[in-house]
Amino acid sequence: MSGPDLKQKSVGNNYPISLMMTERIKQLRRESLEAVNSINAERALLITEFYSKHLAFGDSVPVQRAKSLQYILRNKSICINDKELIVGERGPAPKATPTYPEINVHSLQDLDILDTREKVWFSVDKETRKAYEELIIPFWKGRCNRDRVMESMSPEWLNAYQAGIFTEFMEQRAPGHTVAGYKLFQKGMLDILQDIKQSRSNIDPLNDPAAYDKLEELKAMEIAAHAIMDYAERHALKLEELAALEKDDQRRRELQQMAKICRRVPAHAPSNFHEVLQHYWFIHLGVITELNPWDSFNPGRLDQHLYPFYQAETADGSLNKEQAVEILQSFWIKFNNHPAPPKVGITAQESNTYTDFSLINHGGLTPDGKDAVNEMTFILLDVIEEMRLLQPSSMVQLSEKNPDAFIERAVRITKTGFGQPSIFNTDAIIQELLNQGKSLEDARNGGCSGCVEVGAFGTESYILTGYFNLPKILEVTLHDGFDPRTGKQIGLHTGKADSFSSFDSFLVAFKAQVEHFVRIKLAGSNLIEKIFMNHVPTPFLSLFIDDCVAKGMDYVGGGTRYNTNYLQGVGLGTITDSLTAISLHIFENKSISFSEFVKALENNFSGAEDLRYRLLYKTPKYGNDDDLADAHLAEVFDIYYRAVNGHVSPRGAQYRINLLPTTCHVYFGSVMHASPDGRKSGLPVSEGISPVQGADRQGPTSVLKSAAKIDHLHTGGTLLNQKFSPAFFENDDAIRKLGQLIRAYFKMNGHHIQFNVVDAETLRDAQKHPERHQGLIVRVAGYSDYFNDLGTDLQNEIILRTEHESI
Amino acid sequence: MQALVFDIKRFAVHDGPGIRTTVFLKGCPLNCAWCHNPEGISPNVQTVIKTIRVDGKEFKEEEIIGNRLSVEQVLSEVLKEKVFMDSSEGGVTFSGGEPLMQPAFLKALLVACKKEGLHTAVDTSGYAKLSVVQDIAPYTDLFLYDLKLMDDQAHQFFTAVSNKLILDNLIYLLENRHPLRIRIPVIPEVNFNQENTTECLQFLAAHPGNIQGVDLLPYHNMANQKYLRFKKENSLSSLQSLPNSSLTKIREQFERAGFETKIGG
Repeated sequence: MSGPDLKQKSVGNNYPISLMMTERIKQLRRESLEAVNSINAERALLITEFYSKHLAFGDSVPVQRAKSLQYILRNKSICINDKELIVGERGPAPKATPTYPEINVHSLQDLDILDTREKVWFSVDKETRKAYEELIIPFWKGRCNRDRVMESMSPEWLNAYQAGIFTEFMEQRAPGHTVAGYKLFQKGMLDILQDIKQSRSNIDPLNDPAAYDKLEELKAMEIAAHAIMDYAERHALKLEELAALEKDDQRRRELQQMAKICRRVPAHAPSNFHEVLQHYWFIHLGVITELNPWDSFNPGRLDQHLYPFYQAETADGSLNKEQAVEILQSFWIKFNNHPAPPKVGITAQESNTYTDFSLINHGGLTPDGKDAVNEMTFILLDVIEEMRLLQPSSMVQLSEKNPDAFIERAVRITKTGFGQPSIFNTDAIIQELLNQGKSLEDARNGGCSGCVEVGAFGTESYILTGYFNLPKILEVTLHDGFDPRTGKQIGLHTGKADSFSSFDSFLVAFKAQVEHFVRIKLAGSNLIEKIFMNHVPTPFLSLFIDDCVAKGMDYVGGGTRYNTNYLQGVGLGTITDSLTAISLHIFENKSISFSEFVKALENNFSGAEDLRYRLLYKTPKYGNDDDLADAHLAEVFDIYYRAVNGHVSPRGAQYRINLLPTTCHVYFGSVMHASPDGRKSGLPVSEGISPVQGADRQGPTSVLKSAAKIDHLHTGGTLLNQKFSPAFFENDDAIRKLGQLIRAYFKMNGHHIQFNVVDAETLRDAQKHPERHQGLIVRVAGYSDYFNDLGTDLQNEIILRTEHESI
Repeated sequence: MQALVFDIKRFAVHDGPGIRTTVFLKGCPLNCAWCHNPEGISPNVQTVIKTIRVDGKEFKEEEIIGNRLSVEQVLSEVLKEKVFMDSSEGGVTFSGGEPLMQPAFLKALLVACKKEGLHTAVDTSGYAKLSVVQDIAPYTDLFLYDLKLMDDQAHQFFTAVSNKLILDNLIYLLENRHPLRIRIPVIPEVNFNQENTTECLQFLAAHPGNIQGVDLLPYHNMANQKYLRFKKENSLSSLQSLPNSSLTKIREQFERAGFETKIGG
């Protein structure tokens, strides 16, 4: 079955490529852009073979998992692309994407959807479909983790899930959401094997009831460590084979050199610039082959990790800047070759993108609190600008201590209009992490990953559990706990609309419903966490995140130094404006009864245009630095924060909140009637902490002032989107002022801001003539995506977002 | 004390250094043919009818142009942006209309802003009594001073007033070395010609002062819609906007004369 005529849609040829790029990089970049995203059954077949042949029969679950990874890495095909400098592909070719049937086995219908859908399309060939039909589906149906998860969820969880109150991150993908710390770049597998040995000798079976579990976990880690070394050796052999056949002298020497590198890393600690990037890349591949964790994997503070190698080698003359840049660009392309594993159903709607959220951090502070911006930071920023690729994502951490040249360089890249890098407040990140109980040094080594989520890099398992639809809960509250769309009583009976005598009594009802659904959601998450602990541990990932090795415990089982579970609130603007509207029109002005109001929402304002006019034009709106409009913001935040914070998961993780949507605000809007802020039925709710689309009318400083009224420091990340027209970046003066605007927001403890720099005209033209804008990348929400790959409603929304003209 | 204010614009980035808030005072003694703020000319409160469409239905609403505000009210609006002013070495700009038309209020506001440590700018046509200029100058960190037409007859024809007072006040500020930027709106068929440029340069050469730069502001016809709403005749409605690039030659002349010159302000 062939896909629609969209095969060449991801070509970025419309945009000029700098002449700085070498011919090699131009070729690799073009090949990456032109590669077709496809489903590849190799991994699924290997893991099916492994389990159906009972190759680890009788072993403990962690050991089975480690042996299954070893089996895949021993038998999967090795791909070396022509001219590349960094080697290793997850599938047999760029963008040939494996599946993880042990987590979620795709049905034949799923495969047809993936093969034919217009957005985030994956080609599925006949052979793959046949393998699924004959081998993969028969083995995994009813046995995959998704089936375990869904069987274990309570009827009230399932009802709320189907109503669109929340989504579930661990339904089709595994927990991950983590980032490499210093250790990964400073130790080889042989060093880590020594650590494992040490850890084993510390186990005390006489007094530790978990001693056996720990011994098995350590055994699994050893197998996983050897598996990746063997995988690197397979690359070395293949490279030597290719070198023997190579006619070009220079390339032959390169291939021989690369073979040597694959024999050095990841077994040994990397000793030079080329080695350290290849070392990371092998480990990255190991993590995303072991499972399909959210946010893939992430090198984190890359400028900090690379700088010592770069400094040493440029000082002794063994490397020059041009060579370093070429290796880096080759490294960058590897990320772009690896789309997020295919998602279907609600999971596809909440995160509808090829991006796999590997968010590389630049700048920030050193572990001892000094300005961390260095020469490598600026080199990496050059690479980002020049490569102009969807993946990896990139961000800058801006501290008060960082120089203006750094932020101005970053703003200059956002000016080119592909939404990267996004900009984060280091000083806020550190305070957020300290508030969560991290040590100062671990906090300074932290940053953000995924969209905007804070974490202590290399020491924390911070897992996103799902999006939470605050405006939908308001809708359910308006209907006494009943969901008008699914026709079920999913919430508590908190009273019919007309029964509320005051706004405060209504707010009490809303609060009760929020708490009710948070309890349902977290109860589900606790069970799911335990399912992963028991059935799908991750001994390979556990090698790299402290203190899993030292504790002899798994990454998903509480082995990391810090453990956090996040619930991501969505629709803050919509809910704030809705509460303002209810408070003003029903309880203050008494211009309409509550039941009439609810009726108007059910009728999508048909015949109630006067009401909608008042809601849109005569009601204060969040985003204008209007204290009246922003007053309910703090209330909603407080209700949500208190409902979630303080709960603890089975592995000992604290539940916490952050405020970000990916693309979920579109899905959440689609399950809702019209809302009290004047939004019509089915349209997206507001995204992140941005004001309702088009409701901010006082310019960017007012949006930032309003957004700063949120208590960012008590979240694990907030997302604010600001759209500027290209005209705004016209000269150095304007760029300096944008830098100053960001610094002011950060002074008020704002967590993150990102710029979309395109004019509405360009976007409208792209909608009409997608073919003319194939390489057009825009900022969506915490990530960038090809405009052509977005759904029409999301495209419309991005066009609508207020443009702050520079007139 | 109150004044008539018709707009307070936040994140103004073309009215002086840094990120600024611009306060527009209503009323102007001039009547420039190209005025892009026609709602600022009358010194009285005005109302216009605005039509808003919601789901195919039309709603008419009265928009009131001009609010009587006290010094405290304006100051509190301005101070909302202090965090941005501090981060950018920005401040507050008083514009109009003609801010010097409400001198006592302007002075009180300037004094209040200085007390808060804000950088202050006054965007003026310069058409006021010298005593007014002398009175506010000590509290004004920067004047944005319009220099429209050097030929007095043409000035009278296009702006309804003579430029004598304007040039005299400018000479006063130049002689006292008060920091200022010269702003020249460049209007086709009015002053977009070599004679006016030459005369400007001659004038500035004759009166050296503390000029921090020159802004050439190309005419744009975006205000046409506003004219329709104010039922004001727009004598220049047929003029096309000037692209920035058409001012390059003028800019070069000012630069050669030693002025840092920007197109578009």
